Amino acid sequence: MNTMNHRNFFSRVWDLYYDGFRNMTLGRTLWLVILVKLFVIFVVLKLFFFPDFLSTHAEGDEAEFVSHELLNR
Amino acid sequence: MENELFSIDGSMVDWSRAQFALTAIYHWLFVPLTLGLAVVMGIMETIYYRTKDDFWKRTAQFWQRLFGINFAMGIATGIILEFEFGTNWSNYSFLVGDVFGAPLAIEGIVAFFMESTFVAVMFFGWKKVSRGFHLASTWLTGLGATISAWWILVANSWMQYPVGQEFNLDTMRNEMVSFVDVALSPVAIDKFCHTVISAWVLGAVFVVGVSSWYLLKRRHVEFARQSMKIGAIVGLVASVLAAVTGHHSAYTVGQTQPMKLAAMEALYNGGDDQSLTIFAAVNPFAQPDWKNEHEPPMRIAVPYALSFLATNDLHGYVPGINDIINGYDKSDGEYEVPLSEKMVRGSYALTAMKAYREAKRDGRNNELEVLASEFQENMPWMGYGYVKEAEQIVPYIPICFWSFRIMVGGGCLFILLFCAILYFLYRKKSPRWLFHTALWCIPVAYIVSECGWLVAEFGRQPWTIQDMLPTWVGVSALQSSSVMITFFLFLVLFTTMLAVEISIMCKQIKRGPEL
Repeated sequence: MNTMNHRNFFSRVWDLYYDGFRNMTLGRTLWLVILVKLFVIFVVLKLFFFPDFLSTHAEGDEAEFVSHELLNR
Repeated sequence: MENELFSIDGSMVDWSRAQFALTAIYHWLFVPLTLGLAVVMGIMETIYYRTKDDFWKRTAQFWQRLFGINFAMGIATGIILEFEFGTNWSNYSFLVGDVFGAPLAIEGIVAFFMESTFVAVMFFGWKKVSRGFHLASTWLTGLGATISAWWILVANSWMQYPVGQEFNLDTMRNEMVSFVDVALSPVAIDKFCHTVISAWVLGAVFVVGVSSWYLLKRRHVEFARQSMKIGAIVGLVASVLAAVTGHHSAYTVGQTQPMKLAAMEALYNGGDDQSLTIFAAVNPFAQPDWKNEHEPPMRIAVPYALSFLATNDLHGYVPGINDIINGYDKSDGEYEVPLSEKMVRGSYALTAMKAYREAKRDGRNNELEVLASEFQENMPWMGYGYVKEAEQIVPYIPICFWSFRIMVGGGCLFILLFCAILYFLYRKKSPRWLFHTALWCIPVAYIVSECGWLVAEFGRQPWTIQDMLPTWVGVSALQSSSVMITFFLFLVLFTTMLAVEISIMCKQIKRGPEL
């Protein structure tokens, strides 16, 4: 009985998302915009313009690097 | 006179600040409408739930569609700020990592799971779930966004009023010692209440403005009048609450960041019985001569109002910029030490930090405890160890002064607008001038909302962390040219995104509700 309920619940959730995405109209445009934006943010910007400064400059000892920065500014 | 407003000197710290400001301003174009529309559409759907009238379902669906556009456009714009922390503000980021970690992680989890779940039910679930469950999902979408805002504002408030942390000289990080102090600091509570409520005002102005457009075009008249009524009621209540929370925020700023308050008021020399400036000829393009001028020229003020705003007492003492630099007696009787002493204490803290790090490196462990204690004693003024002259700790007064006035003036305008709209709706009249005004109030609401952040963020300069870390120490040693390139890259990207959003939004508004 419980398994049945669980299956019903999960299939209803699947149904909600499946039908929702399939019947989207304006949503298709919005998802396209979101995907392009996420690509620009996480692939272009993060990889090429926003490296983690400390991991590339601190040579493994971030505390020492930052203390040097704080004491020599 | 030198034009300071537009004179970015090409330094890395200025470009990093400009880039962060640009990203934050852009991000904030989306957030308040999400928070504000959530309340309006929640109320509309609640009416549908109670009345079962299909008109309200269609009305709620229309505003949810606009909510969806704004939500989709705003997604992940805040992530760029976190990238900038790691690249442009690495010293700052390392120092606050342990304090920021918890609120930002909670924000990420809540935002992702709560919003993504209930947003899906809200948009896809009209025919799939019960009316009650759908209504709950609509409200929970708004609640999720509001809870996300809470944690972001907690992180921002901690920078303005660092509490609940201890600086660890071994790890060189601030470590959270009291989650409750961080999450429920008075600055965080005030900032949350004022920010979220002012977002409701913006959402209400948007609804009233869009409804006005329909009335001007004589389209969907009943829909527009009913939407306008709800928008105006929400807006009026929120505007009055924004005034109350604004007063409380000003009081908290007066207690925790008196320099910010002095800059907002262009108050060079303070005292008891201070009046609140309504207008003064503060040049927007140059820092005034606060050292030598008594007050800004052509000043018109309300007697005692600043004392009341800052201290809840009509005769309360409010320090001016020169008082803060020279030292003054606070309202609780405590003496606020002058800048010169803070600079000495700050340099003691840095000297103790240096000695501690050297002793640790050399294995002189017996000295560590004394040096750590010396450091902690002077830690509250550590940032002043980097200050060389008084000018460095005075924010750029013109932006603080004018942004504050635009924010307050805009708030008063909206109260009048909502009152006028409710009056004319009650009288069943439709003055076109009012609808035109309401329509033009949409961009005004955005300007007012951004001005609130300009006051908050320009006012706390030069501190990335209040009294602990100035901007020129928190910034990474990057090439300013690389930051400049990403600044303009963002400008193009953000402007494009904004144009896309406005275009989609206008198209949907022109299409109208499916009644």
